[in-house]
Amino acid sequence: MPHFDPHLPEGALAEKWDRAKAGYRLVAPNNRDRIDIVVVGTGLAGASAAATLAELGYRVKSFCYQDSPRRAHSIAAQGGINAAKNYQGDNDSVYRLFYDTIKGGDYRSREANVYRLAQLSGQIIDQCVAQGVPFAREYGGLLDNRSFGGVQVKRTFYAKGQTGQQLLLGAYQALSRQIAKGRVSMYNRHEMLDLVLVGGKARGIVARNLVTGAIERHAAHAVVLASGGYGNVYFLSTYAMGSNCSAIWKVHKRGAYFANPGFVQIHPTCIPVHGPFQSKLTLMSESLRNSGRIWVPKKRSDAQATREGRCQPADIQEADRDYYLERRYPAFGNLAPRDVASRAAKERCDAGYGIEDNDAKEGVFLDFSTEIQRRGTERAYEAGMENPSAVQIRALGKKWIADKYGNLFDMYRQITGADPYETPMKIYPAVHYTMGGLWVDYDLMSSIPGCFVIGEANFSDHGANRLGASALMQGLADGYFILPYTLPNYLADDIRTGPIPTDTPEFDEASCGVRERIERWLSNKGAHTVDYFHKKLGEVMWNKVGMARSAAGLREAIAEIQQLRESFWKSVCVPGSADDLNPELEKAGRVADFLELGQLMAIDALDRDESCGGHFRVEHQTPGGEALRNDGDYAYVSAWAYQGADINREALHKEPLAFENVELKTRSYK
Amino acid sequence: MGMGKSSLAKKYWMAATGLFLILFLIGHLAGNLQLLLPLGQRAKDRFNLYAAFMTHSPVVKILSYLTYTSILLHIIDGIVLTIQNRRARGKVRYAKNKPAANSSWSSRNMALLGTLIGAFIVIHLINFWAKVHFGPIETYIIANHAERIQDLYTVTIQTFQDAQYGLWLVLFYAFSMLILAFHLSHGFAAAFQSLGLSHPRYDGLIKRLGAAFAVVVPLLFAFIPLYIRFVLDQI
Amino acid sequence: MRKTTMAARKSLSLTLKIWRQKHAKARGRFETHRVKGISTASSFLEMLDVLNENLIEAGREPVAFDHDCREGICGICSLYINGRAHGPSRGITTCQLHMRSFRDGDTIYVEPWRSRAFPVIKDLIVDRSALDRVLQAGGFISVNTSGNTQDADSIPVNKQDADQAFDAASCIGCGACVATCKNSSAMLFTAAKVSHLAHLPQGQIERKRRVQHMVRQMDAEGFGNCSVTGACEVECPKGIALKHIARMNREYGHAVLTSREQT
Repeated sequence: MPHFDPHLPEGALAEKWDRAKAGYRLVAPNNRDRIDIVVVGTGLAGASAAATLAELGYRVKSFCYQDSPRRAHSIAAQGGINAAKNYQGDNDSVYRLFYDTIKGGDYRSREANVYRLAQLSGQIIDQCVAQGVPFAREYGGLLDNRSFGGVQVKRTFYAKGQTGQQLLLGAYQALSRQIAKGRVSMYNRHEMLDLVLVGGKARGIVARNLVTGAIERHAAHAVVLASGGYGNVYFLSTYAMGSNCSAIWKVHKRGAYFANPGFVQIHPTCIPVHGPFQSKLTLMSESLRNSGRIWVPKKRSDAQATREGRCQPADIQEADRDYYLERRYPAFGNLAPRDVASRAAKERCDAGYGIEDNDAKEGVFLDFSTEIQRRGTERAYEAGMENPSAVQIRALGKKWIADKYGNLFDMYRQITGADPYETPMKIYPAVHYTMGGLWVDYDLMSSIPGCFVIGEANFSDHGANRLGASALMQGLADGYFILPYTLPNYLADDIRTGPIPTDTPEFDEASCGVRERIERWLSNKGAHTVDYFHKKLGEVMWNKVGMARSAAGLREAIAEIQQLRESFWKSVCVPGSADDLNPELEKAGRVADFLELGQLMAIDALDRDESCGGHFRVEHQTPGGEALRNDGDYAYVSAWAYQGADINREALHKEPLAFENVELKTRSYK
Repeated sequence: MGMGKSSLAKKYWMAATGLFLILFLIGHLAGNLQLLLPLGQRAKDRFNLYAAFMTHSPVVKILSYLTYTSILLHIIDGIVLTIQNRRARGKVRYAKNKPAANSSWSSRNMALLGTLIGAFIVIHLINFWAKVHFGPIETYIIANHAERIQDLYTVTIQTFQDAQYGLWLVLFYAFSMLILAFHLSHGFAAAFQSLGLSHPRYDGLIKRLGAAFAVVVPLLFAFIPLYIRFVLDQI
Repeated sequence: MRKTTMAARKSLSLTLKIWRQKHAKARGRFETHRVKGISTASSFLEMLDVLNENLIEAGREPVAFDHDCREGICGICSLYINGRAHGPSRGITTCQLHMRSFRDGDTIYVEPWRSRAFPVIKDLIVDRSALDRVLQAGGFISVNTSGNTQDADSIPVNKQDADQAFDAASCIGCGACVATCKNSSAMLFTAAKVSHLAHLPQGQIERKRRVQHMVRQMDAEGFGNCSVTGACEVECPKGIALKHIARMNREYGHAVLTSREQT
């Protein structure tokens, strides 16, 4: 029976983490270098965990599929990282961050985990500043904060629109320091392809050297997965091209429960789709919603004229614009949470008000003209200008925007060829984050003993919807400050185990399995490329397991994905050889796993017969179109257990969620 | 390591010697401008006294050795850097390369420019320096001066006014100064950069000063032989 | 899915001259390919995706190239396109290069980064681990990740210094500076990290040691010397300025002349 006890510590919410730490067993410094730990992934969670564990004295092997640990996709996070520092004095606190996160997640996450995250948030900022992360500062030399969706305080720390990059480089530098000391062995261009269990415990991995094609065995006393989310199941997303679910899916197949697979975040502000050969979608940071106003034309005829290029946004009078977020959610306005903002955009576009000239007519405006005017006036005033002209004010306003969001504006211009300083950005929601992931207990251990899961790869902290600037917080909290306490508690039993041999039947079986799969694809000589199947899968997922889900649609999706998977195995074509750098082969492995996980996502979404957070079942909505939760029947974490090749047979286990410190309320941002 | 082998140290030496040679250029030019005086005994005496001072003063001697050393170091360092830099690219080079899109021609061709300047220096030394040190050169007596002094003035004027090769020499000198201008147009500001002397307040000044120096100094140098050949009376 | 065909956008036919090389030790050569129907709204890498789909369907091996985030921040993409690192536009990476920068009928040369320190792995993919090693030599602040540091706001940092540090820290480690420098110098890359940390109070303690170790590693990797052509600054997708190299030159000189530690 796999491990399925959340291990929540006793006591009051604020004391749980301290109590847990006090109870954890330790590994003495002289024993630590007898213990090997494999860490898969080098994003915020993986890099921070590997660096910290190595610093403590464990022997760490770190893996990434990219050519350098610095490239992990945490680097693309733009907006910021939350921390309950209350530097702005706007009545922020650990409790408020905890509460916002629980509420933002639509009451589908564990109180204890989220509270711990809020408690640790301040330390993360201290740590990062000490590492030299160049956060934005004010003229007085102190750290600046900005506001983010779903909250009413300014608690987000940022480094222009490159916060993820700067935090990741901080963790990468800490990791580099350990690599230089020989305490971390870094395996770049390696992909984990299976988990090895010995006596029911995770004891190593099988990985493919992506340059030579060698199938390698790496033993360890514990395996830490920090392999990120699985949003690429939708083909088009804001994920990196290589982001994949293979590591966690393989572990799921080895017995780890997969929790809330259907919880996916669709981010409201991405650049709309341009064409059939599009390979990925680009996010425009949520921080832009601090300064931009979202609107569509009030008249369908104006929307149509805009799509056809007969009408420019500036031609549409103020009275003919529908600032729908401000209209529907006056309290939060353009800073409504992501799920809410995304659905509102979909609602307008489905109703025929979309402004982008693509087949789906999907796109809304994100307009900065009001902010340019306001900030320009402010700056002119500061500069002591008397009667500044409209041109001067615009110039100053644009300068303010450039200082704050310059790189995002440049990025937009590069991709679209349009100048967002002059004309509103066009945006539309896109898949951005997966709240679901491998089930873990309070100690971040999966249902397989010795296999720990951190960062986006686990399910733990964001419930059914993640608030902006919380992913970076979670990744670093897990890697720097949680795992280094919880992992030794597990490893304390292993100080006498000695090195784990790799010439055992368990390792043989795993590496044979990996080889067989590879051989099968390469000898298949089918008619279609891997991308052909991936795009088809994405189409099903986006249309039927996307922003609006229905029981009928989900049932269709389940059947279609299953068919698609069968067809993939029959007729996929993978060129090249196994003993060489072969990107198509890598993709085949990833898509094969997406084709299984996608089905489970649809099954999970079908099972959850309620709307909550990003999971919106059309059958369950208020008359105003808001998500209608069912706390009586669905206040649980759904944890799925693999039962063999037929994904439909996955068994559901429920971890009930108890809310003792917050009142379950209908989420309102009005 | 330290101030010897590292790539940065090599650049320091390149920059330091370069800047010293820039100072040398100023001194050399100041002296040479005396050649622009109208032809006559006064011009001859003044220039020759200056030349005598330059060859006999102990302070100038030290400076001249420093100059020779700087030139040699500048050349050796340049050769070492060029070899290393060519090797760093690897065996296969770009089939299509558009360096003009991101850098100036002179910045990419300092080694070529330097080689040409080196060749000029050799010829220049043969023309004048060798004659001062190894002859043949006339000497004469000036009032209030103890020793006979060498008549470098006449040698100089004659060299550029020579009926056979004078014109070619003048053109070669002018061309070489053009090369020097290109070398300086990059070298002046780059030397400051290599020594780490950069500050937002002064970077613009250094760039402008460098540009002006690269135009004015070689132009004046080039003007002297042209003037002697085409304007000055025949000796 | 989001089926979209852009009537308004133009479609291009192009000739590609692409470097193919089986593995590190193999001899490489240029291969010529033609692609048709490329939308001007596509990115350059999406154009290569189309080429690869065509190649696979024709039973040939697709072109290997590095790519990941496709939004200009991970720094993995690395192509020398028509004689320029990351292509003809300034301030972007290859993945941000869009086909509207090209004209119908163009011939495009696509080559890998060329540097002795960046050996080719396959086709257009090169090994840039030398840059990682330069960073490992000292591109960090030696503070343990225990979290027991002082409050983040206890040391104010002058905004100009913080902004300078950020500008330097925005390096994505793509190696365009090395690829474009006629000397294959990694000065801009190395200087970016030295300057980033030298601008912050937290970076002061190890500054002498850091710059000396990083420069030593940079030299050991076989990169060339800086000759201040400024090409790196122009081609850097993040616009990291040459002044950071001056800063490193100053840091190094200061360290060599005053450091008590023998390196």
